[in-house]
Amino acid sequence: MAAYIFKRLLAMIPLLFGITLITFVVIRLAPGEPVEAMTAMSPKITAETRERLREFYGLDKPLHEQYVSWVGRIVKLDFGRSFAPDNRPVTDKIAERIPVTLSLNIIALILEFGLAIPIGIFAATHRDTIYDKGITLFVFLGFAVPTFWLALLLMYFFGVKLGWLPISGLHSLGSENLSPLAWFADMVKHLVLPVFVATFGSLAGLSRYMRSNMLEVIRQDYITTARAKGLSERVVIYRHALRNALLPVITLLGFSLPGLIGGSVIFETIFAIPGMGQLFYQGVMARDYPLVMGILVIGAFLTLIGNLLADVCYAMADPRIRHGRG
Amino acid sequence: MTFRWIGCLLALLLIVSCSGEDRARAPAVRGPGTPAYGDAIVVGTIGEPSNLLPLLASDSASHEVAGNIFNGLVRYDKNLNLEGELAESWQVSPDGLTITFHLRKGVKWHDGVEFTSRDVLYTYRVTVDPKTPTAYAEDFKQVKTAEAPDPYTFRVTYAKPFAPALASWGMGILPAHLLEGKDITKSELSRRPVGTGPYRFKEWVAGQKIVLESNHDYYEGRPYIDRYIYRIIPDNSTMYLELKAGGVDLMGLSPVQYARQTDTPEFRSRFAKYRYPASAYTYLGYNLKNPLFADRRVRQAIAHALSKDEIIHGVLLGLGQVAVGPFKPGTWAYNPTVRDPGYDPVRARQLLAEAGWRATGPDGILMKDGKPLSFTILTNQGNDQRLKTAQIIQRRLRKVGIDVKIRVLEWASLLTNFIDKRNFDALIMGWTIPQDPDLFDVWHSSKTGPKELNFVGFKNDEVDRLIEEGRRTFDQEKRRRCYWRIQEILAEEQPYTFLYVPDALPAVSARFRGIEPAPAGIMYNFIRWYVPKEEQVH
Repeated sequence: MAAYIFKRLLAMIPLLFGITLITFVVIRLAPGEPVEAMTAMSPKITAETRERLREFYGLDKPLHEQYVSWVGRIVKLDFGRSFAPDNRPVTDKIAERIPVTLSLNIIALILEFGLAIPIGIFAATHRDTIYDKGITLFVFLGFAVPTFWLALLLMYFFGVKLGWLPISGLHSLGSENLSPLAWFADMVKHLVLPVFVATFGSLAGLSRYMRSNMLEVIRQDYITTARAKGLSERVVIYRHALRNALLPVITLLGFSLPGLIGGSVIFETIFAIPGMGQLFYQGVMARDYPLVMGILVIGAFLTLIGNLLADVCYAMADPRIRHGRG
Repeated sequence: MTFRWIGCLLALLLIVSCSGEDRARAPAVRGPGTPAYGDAIVVGTIGEPSNLLPLLASDSASHEVAGNIFNGLVRYDKNLNLEGELAESWQVSPDGLTITFHLRKGVKWHDGVEFTSRDVLYTYRVTVDPKTPTAYAEDFKQVKTAEAPDPYTFRVTYAKPFAPALASWGMGILPAHLLEGKDITKSELSRRPVGTGPYRFKEWVAGQKIVLESNHDYYEGRPYIDRYIYRIIPDNSTMYLELKAGGVDLMGLSPVQYARQTDTPEFRSRFAKYRYPASAYTYLGYNLKNPLFADRRVRQAIAHALSKDEIIHGVLLGLGQVAVGPFKPGTWAYNPTVRDPGYDPVRARQLLAEAGWRATGPDGILMKDGKPLSFTILTNQGNDQRLKTAQIIQRRLRKVGIDVKIRVLEWASLLTNFIDKRNFDALIMGWTIPQDPDLFDVWHSSKTGPKELNFVGFKNDEVDRLIEEGRRTFDQEKRRRCYWRIQEILAEEQPYTFLYVPDALPAVSARFRGIEPAPAGIMYNFIRWYVPKEEQVH
């Protein structure tokens, strides 16, 4: 197992280089430059000023030189400074946003798996009943309703009309003066709507996936054998069927890892949550190369690690895979 | 069971959300009340500021916040006339080359150090320093010498008289004692600024809010409102809901919000709405290098073929006014005698016929030399008003036999691939109207080069001469004559069809008193706004 992981880690190095190259090329292919975003349509800008700014950001050097110096820094884990007027280190900007996105996504992910798996199992075991159809309708409603529309509807209802929940942001004004417990309660209140919207929208995929896995497993011979042995339905489903039905879901969990640091722009914009989605979007719009490339490289690295983790988890859960590789 | 309950809840949600009235709240008492210190104002901002040093900021959110922290030497008063801020007075030498500023004594930086001419000199030097990545160096580069003969005098000499020079000293002055000898681009002051203004910086929670506190030692007196809180709310709909829920005290409404969604007794009891012309206009600009638009009669025909009133009614719900030139209506540079071409489709057809567009194709489109009269209007993505304007124009021009296509492009792509390369027929864009009426950058023929702002390629000797004359004298009457004549020429030449000046539509919580709308808007006297003691909420 250790040798396998080591081999996989080694294989990641060229892959990561490839990713940095593609990232670099793609962002440069987008029309416009950071300097453009800053100076466009400003009557006070001359060609000389523009050139001065390009020089300041190192954009006057040939592309390959820019790439080499950037990769050289990345290897040392130095992601450079943002091209935004704040000129702050990219890592600082990412570091202040990641906790929010990560916490929100982890909560949403736990809820999503925690709800979708039982829903999927229930739908599979009650296949084609009114319950199954009702659940299907409900989860697909969540899938089909546009996030922004549902979010605004809930904000209006719970925030404006009833005044029960805060509409946006993470904390109330003046929350810094509250006791730690009250402060935490205030934050939880702020998270109710965004977490609900995030979870509701993603229940459909996972629960349907779980349902079809479960149905496939239930049809297997060993389940028939278990039932023939007179085991209770509960034992058959939860002890024998569930483990195998969960295998593909474990893989999905691994794939969810990079998604944990990727926020959704629309969702964060609506709820005024300062997360990674907004940061990335603003970076792209301002052609803030170091920031965009930094986020993409971190995202790519996490994706690779996620894949590896998924494979390892899969191997742990399924001895057949382990032996196959041994 | 659970699902039944959730279903009921969703149904209820839909029913309640679609019904009209909000929860009743006690109507606000609207007497003037007694001025009192205290409370806070919460303002929503769509974008997060990037840098609170005005010199390095290039976005409006940064300037809005920095404007409360820093002062310039001069500023525009409520009637948009220049007045002293950190400068008590100034003199312009008879030859118009030297400006001497006499600085206010006893003004303190937020850290207690006294403000002097050294700070002004430092601000000038760092602005023109080639190592400073700023977009504001141009006006200061016109300066030949800058000197600070004593702590309360600052003198600048220009190579040529330069009228916009005075206004350029409205730039926020930076504290020399904290920045001199340091790399300004890496200064922590960009996120923890120290200024001389009415509010001092308190905290910045990234992506969430910026809090300012009133400066009790402010040279114009302590502001009544104790705290100024900017909440970063990137979505306009969310901000509007926050306003209605009381989470935000002030925001600019969209025409739909102003005219249709806030016209309820409940809203009127809790908010005051204001309406005044914004300092901006929207225009249809033609690529004058395009043979189609090289003929002035075609441009004039288009101006007659579209109804600006209809556009204002359809796009702004009537909350705006017809634009007939590049200046803000009602200001000294604006020429009220210039008439709008007016909607006259018959005259439009006549002009097109004179220009040779007589034959009509099977689809009703005018033809000349076998070619149809057809062009594409480009505009930027994300601006719904411009897109609607384009659609109304498209429909009106179709009626006089002109075929218009519309293309919406991402901002950077529009700039780089189309405007910079002069690769367009016509554009719908907008300009902010600066306080100083100098038109050099947009209308002078020397500014038609790549990446410059006279991208329609307008060249007119008389306009060039008048622009130069207008910026080389400080005599307002002489300047006015130049700008009035320029407007007459632009109205005749129609390099742009000026469309409309939208209204600014702020809504402010009714608990704030002391608001006096003026040509400069409502924020100019913010330090005199107050909330009576019994209505304070923060």
